[in-house]
Amino acid sequence: MMAPELRRLAIGTDTVEHEARLLELWETRPGIGGFFSTVDHKEIGIRYVVTAFVFLALGGLEALVIRLQLAGPNLSILTPDEYNQFFSTHGMTMIFLYAAPILSGFSNYLWPLLLGSRDMAFPRLNALSYWIYLASGLFLYAGFLTGNGPNDGWFNYVPYASRDYNPGLNQDFYALGMVFLGISTTVGAANFIVSFFRTRAPGMSINRVPIMVWGTLTASVANLLVVPAVSLAFFMLWMDRQFGTHFFDPAGGGQPLLWQHLFWLFGHPWVYAIVLPAMGMVSDGLPVFCRRPLVGYSLVALATVATMILGFGVWVHHMFATGLPGLGLAFFSGASILITLPSAVAVFAWLATIWLGRPVITTAFLFFSSMILLFVIGGVSGFMTASVPVDWQLTDTYFVVAHIHYVLIGINVFPVAGAVYFWFPKMTGRLLDERLGRWNFWIMFLGFNLAFLPMHLTGLLGMPRRVYTYADYGGWGTLNLITSIGSFVFAVGVLLLFVNVVKSLRSGAVAGKNPWDAPTLEWAVPSPPPVYNFAVIPTVSSRHPLWEDRLGAEGGRSILDRGLLLASGKETIGTTGLDAEPLMVLEMAEDSFAPFALTLGLSLFFVGLLLRSWTLTGVGAASAAFALLAWLWPQRALDERERGRA
Amino acid sequence: MTWPLSYLSASGLRAAKVVPLTWYMLIVSIVVCLVIGIILWAAVRRSRPEDRAVELRDVPVERGGAGIRWISVGLLISALPLVAALIWTMVALAAVAGPPRNPGLILDITGRQWWWQVQYAGSQPLDVFDTANEIHIPVGVAVLIRLHGGDVIHSFWVPQLSGKTDTIPGQTNLSWIEADHPGRYLGQCTEFCGYQHAHMQFEVVADSPAEFERWISMQRQAAAAPTTPEATRGRDLVEYRCGLCHRVRGTEAGAISAPDLTHLMSRRTLAAGTLLNNPGNLVGWIQNPQNIKPGSLMPDQFLSAQQLSDTLAYLETLK
Repeated sequence: MMAPELRRLAIGTDTVEHEARLLELWETRPGIGGFFSTVDHKEIGIRYVVTAFVFLALGGLEALVIRLQLAGPNLSILTPDEYNQFFSTHGMTMIFLYAAPILSGFSNYLWPLLLGSRDMAFPRLNALSYWIYLASGLFLYAGFLTGNGPNDGWFNYVPYASRDYNPGLNQDFYALGMVFLGISTTVGAANFIVSFFRTRAPGMSINRVPIMVWGTLTASVANLLVVPAVSLAFFMLWMDRQFGTHFFDPAGGGQPLLWQHLFWLFGHPWVYAIVLPAMGMVSDGLPVFCRRPLVGYSLVALATVATMILGFGVWVHHMFATGLPGLGLAFFSGASILITLPSAVAVFAWLATIWLGRPVITTAFLFFSSMILLFVIGGVSGFMTASVPVDWQLTDTYFVVAHIHYVLIGINVFPVAGAVYFWFPKMTGRLLDERLGRWNFWIMFLGFNLAFLPMHLTGLLGMPRRVYTYADYGGWGTLNLITSIGSFVFAVGVLLLFVNVVKSLRSGAVAGKNPWDAPTLEWAVPSPPPVYNFAVIPTVSSRHPLWEDRLGAEGGRSILDRGLLLASGKETIGTTGLDAEPLMVLEMAEDSFAPFALTLGLSLFFVGLLLRSWTLTGVGAASAAFALLAWLWPQRALDERERGRA
Repeated sequence: MTWPLSYLSASGLRAAKVVPLTWYMLIVSIVVCLVIGIILWAAVRRSRPEDRAVELRDVPVERGGAGIRWISVGLLISALPLVAALIWTMVALAAVAGPPRNPGLILDITGRQWWWQVQYAGSQPLDVFDTANEIHIPVGVAVLIRLHGGDVIHSFWVPQLSGKTDTIPGQTNLSWIEADHPGRYLGQCTEFCGYQHAHMQFEVVADSPAEFERWISMQRQAAAAPTTPEATRGRDLVEYRCGLCHRVRGTEAGAISAPDLTHLMSRRTLAAGTLLNNPGNLVGWIQNPQNIKPGSLMPDQFLSAQQLSDTLAYLETLK
């Protein structure tokens, strides 16, 4: 049912004049002003992706230095202090500055296109989320580059992180940087959640959205719930360090274990947040190349949500050796073993999709399908660490290092590389080179497994993790050399991805609207899409709007070429949460400098806190408040014209 | 080849109860990876179009089978080894978690940056003594270990005898070990604890009961008075300089923030497993610890050659 006011809105087909009108309404003005003020989700998405890849490259270089140090026993390329900063910065970079932001980038770019909308629900919040990500990334790296990088691992256990044992600025950079970054994650998550429930095209009920949307939604809900835990923990750490509070100090009645609870209460759901959207990429990409719909859509969507819900109840498996009571451990052990089941749903759905489909082998297909195997390897090693008595041996050995890399590279980097091959044509209008793509894939795949498969054995032979050097007990040296060689091969593979992107930007084959003959809405618009995405708002009747003629329509045909015109302002349609019935016209925000200005103010604020310069802190806070005021200043154009619910 | 830190086999009761479970999970894991790998490979080979140069859009899009049975059958098959692992885990946990009811020996072990302080209880105050980095236990006896956090968090691990338990400031954690047969078992700190986390090893030495009694009565004695002029000068130096951090029972050196040196020469290694304990290494370590173990809390000493040889002469009497 449509709200009565909405019935008066113009419906029509796309025309040249209509497009010109939309372009005028939506286009970001060129030049430096446009660069700092744009709120276009596609521009923001691409910035996210590029920035995250820069951090991937930096984290990768750090890893290579680490692997040189560990290539043989008793090497001294790095001092212990340098090694500790390198491995901690590597973890921080990959987990916080690459793995999550890269998925935010793809989701930012793709969501409105997948959902048949013209932008995210809160475009300026979207810009803010990117700018803060960038600023906090620079803040954290400023520490590393001045020799004050994090030096206590990404997990940052106290008391080693406390001032008594860690007097430098290292931990202040890390603590404040993480609180800063938390703002970006939080506002981004809120934006995804509202976008999901408000901006889906008419008819796109929640059982018709792509799985990647489910993945990002689930991850966003999790982030909204758990990021406060880690922001609080880092804030308390900073208070302990600077103002002598005793949250974590046993001498003052504090608890070192409190840190671990707060950190892993966040940390474990975060692991799912950085794999679920990537699993969604596979669930959406794989079927395109198998020429059939995904097997078990509803089960896979439900499994995504179930994984996250169970994921809230497993954090203690990072703390099995901390002396907690056995009964508690047994509970978390059971939950950690059982969380394998929803993951297995996805694995069997993917296998069945390939088995029952007609797979056409492309580079994207290779990345997506090989991920299934890497996912299983990372999954079974996780299953082993879920068993408390076994984990008491496995934990903090290289077995766990192998596990985390199969999870993060296998379930994040491989799907992301596949997603680059799959969606690059949409983003740029050009296809990536398939020949180079095969080299890219096979070198990455072989290098990765050469580096990390033998590492399981290194762990089973007892090598502890986070050691800057080691003695050669029974073949550790050989295994580590193999890992170091493999990591360099893998790095060459990743480099080829970058080479392919640069090369194809200039000379790639022209893609056209739908180079993969794929079924979802983003492939119904030109490549790259116009700034307003959809000239007319589509109406959706199935999960596969572009395959309906071939699959047979279940509930009527989707209408893509005729719909609401919405050209009397910067507008898109707001729909109901579950069934996506039209509800209101959403007036979208114009480009604005406020998000950038707010980020600058907050940056000053955090630098002030770091240096304990209260003047600078005050100036930062005042500028931030001023930017917020400008942001929130009432604008008549943003008033909802159509109110009321049918 | 020997793997002193491997845990795929065990030399003690507590570790041994977990080894079969570890192997079970490892084999299940490998089998699962192989089976999934084969299905994946077969699925791609079986189903791809015969013409491998075919254009994507020339392959018809079809619904094919629903495939839901793949998921239900797959889940069912996966659930069996999972449930078995779950039950076995609980059984093994119950068997190894609790400390022994009647331990034959109780030790207090404190993790410190970057060494292990080990305290043996005694029936009288004078029988209580400290040692460092080398833990002697009698074979076939359940040993209860109370773990204390001295500064930051460390983790106590002797893979051949037991899994890990953290040492955390502000709380006392319990662990226990029991060795089947005499031998030396390597231990290592496994919670990241700063610069020298890598060099924070220790050894558990399982002795026959008679051997253990001999060792403990020897350890309970204070250091003998030096008998040569070199050693006497050396003792004075040790009291004056080393005594700021170390203790040698029976002398003026009485600080306890570094390893107890009363029976230094009875230990196999120096600096928590970093060096073998021989005169050359000992001199190198005293003079230049920052080169051997950068960041260690022991400062370089800058002793003259005479002072060094006197010190060595005395330390060598601490058997």
